[in-house]
Amino acid sequence: MTDTQYDRAPGDASALPDVEQGTSSGVLVYTIGLALAVVLTAMSFWAANTSLLWAGGVSLGLTVLAIAQMGVHLVFFLHVTTGPDNTNNVMALAFGVLIVALVVVGSLLIMADLNDNMMPAAELMNLQMQH
Amino acid sequence: MNVAVAVDDEARYEAVPSASEAGPAAKRIVVGYGFWIFLLSDIVMFSAIFAAYAVLTHATAGGPGGGQLFSQRSVALETGCLLASSYTCGLMSLAIGSRRYAATYLMALITFVLGAAFLALEVREFAGMIAIGAGPQRSAFLSAFFTLVGCHGLHVTAGLVWLAVMMAQVAIKGFRATVERRLLCFSLFWHALDIVWVWLFTVVYLMGVLS
Repeated sequence: MTDTQYDRAPGDASALPDVEQGTSSGVLVYTIGLALAVVLTAMSFWAANTSLLWAGGVSLGLTVLAIAQMGVHLVFFLHVTTGPDNTNNVMALAFGVLIVALVVVGSLLIMADLNDNMMPAAELMNLQMQH
Repeated sequence: MNVAVAVDDEARYEAVPSASEAGPAAKRIVVGYGFWIFLLSDIVMFSAIFAAYAVLTHATAGGPGGGQLFSQRSVALETGCLLASSYTCGLMSLAIGSRRYAATYLMALITFVLGAAFLALEVREFAGMIAIGAGPQRSAFLSAFFTLVGCHGLHVTAGLVWLAVMMAQVAIKGFRATVERRLLCFSLFWHALDIVWVWLFTVVYLMGVLS
């Protein structure tokens, strides 16, 4: 009952296949990811504080920047690829994104709708929302 | 000529077998997939808290709002710490891949210190808010804020404990297959926390200051 006997699944390779791939390319991938993430983060902070942009569009811009940075993290840090090993991961991710979008967008829509429709007087509704 | 092409094609098919022809997936891939499912369920939980926060942003009950409470400098520092720790965590995975003990310990140490610095900044921010009477019981907005940011902070704390345990395992057991898979899960967890933080600083801190 040695560890190696019971520890290995039928298809498991004895050594990690990417050991000999060379770490310099790996470092490069992480460094590119870090640089992109830093640029996107800096843009987010700049967009939130500048008065150059139309104020109404800033929150939409921030959302787009956050989505872009999420993509950068997924590709460069979490290594989500289009390879055959990753098909299941991508499908699960797509499902997760669907659920997250349903929960967030659905909640916001329903609550905004409630605020609009169940408002006998704006002041009264504000009072209720504030407690 | 045609035969040669056919043989060529066959050889190419053999070189890149499809997922079903390759037989059972390596255990490392199965473990990564399972942990990925857990991470996605965790993110779905976060999305519910995010939705609650977004709904309650303006429910300040006459108390302080985001614009008065949030300090952008501290948020930028926290973001820098977490991003840098994500990078060093990636470098740690590379060091594990090439079995370099010293580099693994060094990168794990830097990751731990940056994560702890992030937590310290966050605790200082929370303490400052509670000191001026803006605790979680002040308004629905602040309850949602402390739940959301605190939940992320708890995840980071759990990650730090996990990292310390993993380094002890590396020291005692060495780079066994089981230890390596656990380290893979840890790095997935740490990078996923950074994705949650991206949304957090965008939705809570930057958009909160806008309005």
